[in-house]
Amino acid sequence: MPKQVCCEDVEVGTEITPLAKIATTRMLVRWAGASGDFNPLHYEDDFAKAMGVGAPIVHGALKRAWLGQLMTDWIGEEGKLKKLSCQYRGMDYPRKMKTIDEPRDGETWWCKGKVTRKYEDDGEHLVECEIWVENGNGDRTTPGSALVVLPTRMGK
Amino acid sequence: MAEGSLITDELRKLIGVPSEAIVFKVEEGAIQRYVQAIGDPSPLYNDPDFASKTKHRRLVAPPGFTGWPVKAGRPTEKLFESLVKAGAPPRILDGGVELEFIEPIGAGDVLTATPRIASISERETRLGRTMFTTAEIAFVNQNGNEVLKSRSTLIQF
Repeated sequence: MPKQVCCEDVEVGTEITPLAKIATTRMLVRWAGASGDFNPLHYEDDFAKAMGVGAPIVHGALKRAWLGQLMTDWIGEEGKLKKLSCQYRGMDYPRKMKTIDEPRDGETWWCKGKVTRKYEDDGEHLVECEIWVENGNGDRTTPGSALVVLPTRMGK
Repeated sequence: MAEGSLITDELRKLIGVPSEAIVFKVEEGAIQRYVQAIGDPSPLYNDPDFASKTKHRRLVAPPGFTGWPVKAGRPTEKLFESLVKAGAPPRILDGGVELEFIEPIGAGDVLTATPRIASISERETRLGRTMFTTAEIAFVNQNGNEVLKSRSTLIQF
């Protein structure tokens, strides 16, 4: 288990440990089944073109789930996620598959974030973060924010 | 109704009215499939034996997972249907979501979700005249406790 991050460890500007993700057509199929979102926008070329997005795009909710993992990985077992929000601003296009389980070469997405505010409320040590998913060009296609509670070194 | 406005009187009538409640079951296998799709290896979501020995005492649902709808269908699809029926444009994009986690959700929970359209607005975007709907959903568990609030933006054009 990685070391538990405590509120004493973070300041405004502290970076959240980044998380890498590779969206593939295979992952999107899996996500469709697991989430129950069977919108053909995410798997059918002609439909995606007719919808004006060019080609099948990564589900917004999948990117939100990545950001959820970014935060829960970072705050650890003793941290508590209170709020998570994100906006689906830019389209992301999954890598196609080269073999049955290996994607073609292409972009890697990074979930990142940093602390924007640290304060106490009602005895809780709260930390606000700016978070986002960026594509292979460094564009933030999915900006958002999170509010977490972190434990203190004293265990309070 | 302003000239060229997408927001019909029928749409305006939907604002604030709760729609049919949706019942979700949070099943162990559904949690596992969901986190495997994300690629999150945390044993809290993947390993029931591990999770049962933690303070959670059961497999934990990752942030945003509310289980599989067993009654009344997927919330956003239901809302979308009612909006289109009331005259909203048929093409839709998911604009984003805000989640407020109030209490933990885990395997075995049964959640009742009540969606409500909070607001509808419109403006010109690169997609043309575009309508933005904010839908709020309150999730209540089998003990009557509110566990999650979500606020989603639907984009229609």
